[in-house]
Amino acid sequence: MEIFTEYRGQILEAFWTTIQLTVFSAIGALILGTVLAAMRLAPVPTLNWLGAAYVNVVRNTPLTLIILFCSFGLAQTLGVSLVDQNSPTSIVDSNFRLAVLGLTLYTASFVCETVRAGVNTVPIGQAEAARSLGFTFAQNLRIVLLPQAFRAVIIPLGSVLIALIKNTTIASAIGVAEAALLMKEMIENTAALIVVGTIFAVGFVLLTLPLGLFFGRLSKLLAVARQ
Amino acid sequence: MTSASVLFDAPGPRTRVRNRIISIVTLIFSALTGLLLLAKLAGKGQLTAAKWQPFLTADLWRTYVLPGIAGTLTAAAISIVLALALGLLLGVGRLSPIAAVRRPCAVIVEFFRAIPVLIMMIFAYFLYALNDTFASRYLALAGVVTGLTLYNGAVIAEIVRSGVGSLSRGQHEAAAALGLSWGQTMRSILLPQAITAMLPVLVSQLVVVLKDTAIGYQITFVEMVRQGTVIGSTYGNYVSALIVIAVLMISVNFALSAAATRLERRLRRSRRGAQPLEAEAIEQGGAPRALIEPGD
Repeated sequence: MEIFTEYRGQILEAFWTTIQLTVFSAIGALILGTVLAAMRLAPVPTLNWLGAAYVNVVRNTPLTLIILFCSFGLAQTLGVSLVDQNSPTSIVDSNFRLAVLGLTLYTASFVCETVRAGVNTVPIGQAEAARSLGFTFAQNLRIVLLPQAFRAVIIPLGSVLIALIKNTTIASAIGVAEAALLMKEMIENTAALIVVGTIFAVGFVLLTLPLGLFFGRLSKLLAVARQ
Repeated sequence: MTSASVLFDAPGPRTRVRNRIISIVTLIFSALTGLLLLAKLAGKGQLTAAKWQPFLTADLWRTYVLPGIAGTLTAAAISIVLALALGLLLGVGRLSPIAAVRRPCAVIVEFFRAIPVLIMMIFAYFLYALNDTFASRYLALAGVVTGLTLYNGAVIAEIVRSGVGSLSRGQHEAAAALGLSWGQTMRSILLPQAITAMLPVLVSQLVVVLKDTAIGYQITFVEMVRQGTVIGSTYGNYVSALIVIAVLMISVNFALSAAATRLERRLRRSRRGAQPLEAEAIEQGGAPRALIEPGD
């Protein structure tokens, strides 16, 4: 307990960083993933192919490699900068944003596949009815299919989000000060392995378990009624 | 909905023209992005022979890449075998009629699915280091294997549970009618069928294990991604090194994913036995309380 009181500020700060990483990446991944899903469903073969290629490449690459590539490749070698170089916190900000970029790119491929699976749960009659009303593909997707698809895949999307929370720990590979990095530091400083391990395990259980329950509830609440 | 073609009408002449225009614009846009990237790489001197030449020397492969591949494969192989054993144990335990067995198994499964693999790896690594459990050169390997086994064991336990759940109730009832005990039913009726149904999912879980060995990067485990960064710092070619490692990783994982899909399709075609679980549905199923629905 002493260790917890001593490090409380740092622990909360680290988990706050974890949450921030999650929120920003989740928003980015949801947008990019939906666009990719639309591309994979579109009537244009080039778009299908591009979407499929993105998903297959990214999904089969380790997240560590993607995040390291963002740091070593994009930032250090190619000089791509996501921050104002003159700001005093530019290094910290830069690592944080690169991690968000990596997490977004990676998670988007899973969001895309989930949304696509959701569109597949919508009965054929819905799309046929939309077509017979003269809807174009874009209208069909926007007004008829996607709203039903999203409601069908709330639980799987929740799983993607929870996986994302857990994946944010990998951002410590490029030195983002989130939970896993602090855990390593605390073990090295205090050698109180069991206590430190318990603190961080409990922290993640608190972040992930309620979310799983929440998405289960939400999915029942928003389920599309079908006869 | 089975085919995407119900999403839009068969294109008429005007739509065909429009689609072709979209196609061409997309191609031009992609080509421009590619060129821009190449120009940028060239501008930073990343396309010069000096950056790529080392990959044609046997020395680089022997010193860096092959040990990395060996590390990744060793960790993945040990982990998947241990995870299978653990998963089978926990999965069957979770189906047990005895509450004193079922509940702890459920708690263990949910716990290990709620915690990031990296946290488990760091914990195991320091646990072994502080207690001198393993020789120091096996320390990182042991940490990686422990983390991967616990996490994937929990995921496989859920796969086992949903595999058994996907069987028709008649199987269970017929076994009961024959007077088989719970253990006999499990062993000789349910598990053999469930494992067939689980096969595609298990193969795609192998992709997850292979990818996740890279998390060992952070506890100094010698695997492919770490070796990639070592090459990068030795030869000053981070971009090319990471690209080469990515290509290696992606081709293996892509082949495995394709094998899982093929296996699933083949099992689905055969009328005998249980319907297979879908390979792709599971990949992110490692979240707590994420029910793995058979064939969902």
